[in-house]
Amino acid sequence: MPGPLALAIWYVGIALEIAFVVCSIARKSFFRYIFLNAYFLLALGSDAGRYFFLNKFGQASDEYRYAYFYTDALLTLALYVALISLYSRVFGELRFNKYVRFGAVLLLLGTAVFSYAVVVQSEQILATTFAYELSQNLYFVGLVLTYILWGAVLKLRETRTRLVQFILALGLYFSAYAACYALTNLSSRYSVVQYLSGAIGCLLPLAWTVTMWRYAEESRLEPARLLAVAR
Amino acid sequence: MMAALIFAVSVVTLLMFFVSYCRSLTAESSRYALSKEVRDVTGIQALASGQDFTRVMQLLQLCPERPEDRLGLRAVGYYFEILNFLQNTVARLTPFVRSWAEQETAGCANFAVVALDRRIAFSREILAQQGEL
Repeated sequence: MPGPLALAIWYVGIALEIAFVVCSIARKSFFRYIFLNAYFLLALGSDAGRYFFLNKFGQASDEYRYAYFYTDALLTLALYVALISLYSRVFGELRFNKYVRFGAVLLLLGTAVFSYAVVVQSEQILATTFAYELSQNLYFVGLVLTYILWGAVLKLRETRTRLVQFILALGLYFSAYAACYALTNLSSRYSVVQYLSGAIGCLLPLAWTVTMWRYAEESRLEPARLLAVAR
Repeated sequence: MMAALIFAVSVVTLLMFFVSYCRSLTAESSRYALSKEVRDVTGIQALASGQDFTRVMQLLQLCPERPEDRLGLRAVGYYFEILNFLQNTVARLTPFVRSWAEQETAGCANFAVVALDRRIAFSREILAQQGEL
């Protein structure tokens, strides 16, 4: 079993995921942000699955490793879909939705093929390595896509507070996770990295729950205030 | 080498998103009209300056907490620390960074003053509810 600190971080993450879903139901925004809610519901399902494998087979077992990496890849895919749903909201009024969806599927397929091409050259177990590689690459693609989306938000002078804060929190999450993945590759022997990824996992549900709770759908921002340097 | 590059890029984007996130939090406070109570308590008539931040944060600790403020205040607190560090280092050499950092710390202080105003109103509400009971 993981240590008490890792377990505590895990439980906090589960509580925050539940909080977001409950909050969006209470604020009557569940269907408006269905893909964000679907991501957290899937995260709760994968938490339950991981807990089952952890209890039954132990942390060092192959079964738990498979369950962990595959649910992680699935969650990254779900988050990618959630990000594309935010793209659709930003570009919705410009009638770009069809192109956004097409581009997203193309990029996803490209990432999967690239991950497979990297993995097929290694001699390790193909299945888990592919899941790990796909997750890692999707995090980086997600970071780049969020950065582009943020650029579009500034360019289009988006004013919807909730949407702006969802995108910014997602950008924070993706950058922190990509940094964490890179740090793991640089210095996996330090145990602090293992706790970092768990703590970062709590960041997204926390920031999104606060946004959902604090701001109504009608809440608006001054777009000029979002620019780091005034024009 | 590749991991180090990804790490560096990620840290830069993390900082950029963090700054924008904090700016989106402080943005709403610029339009907020302060109540008479908070103006009397803090001595700030309309807009706060960066130097007021620490004092206002101390005043905030005297009021009962509002759960919805907690994350925002913490994030803005970290942002203020970063800006303070900038003011004590890079900003001494570049006037542009200095004026930008001053403007940003003033935004942080405004956010804290608005939070204080809301906490005072919240405390009054609690007292009124207790009075009714």
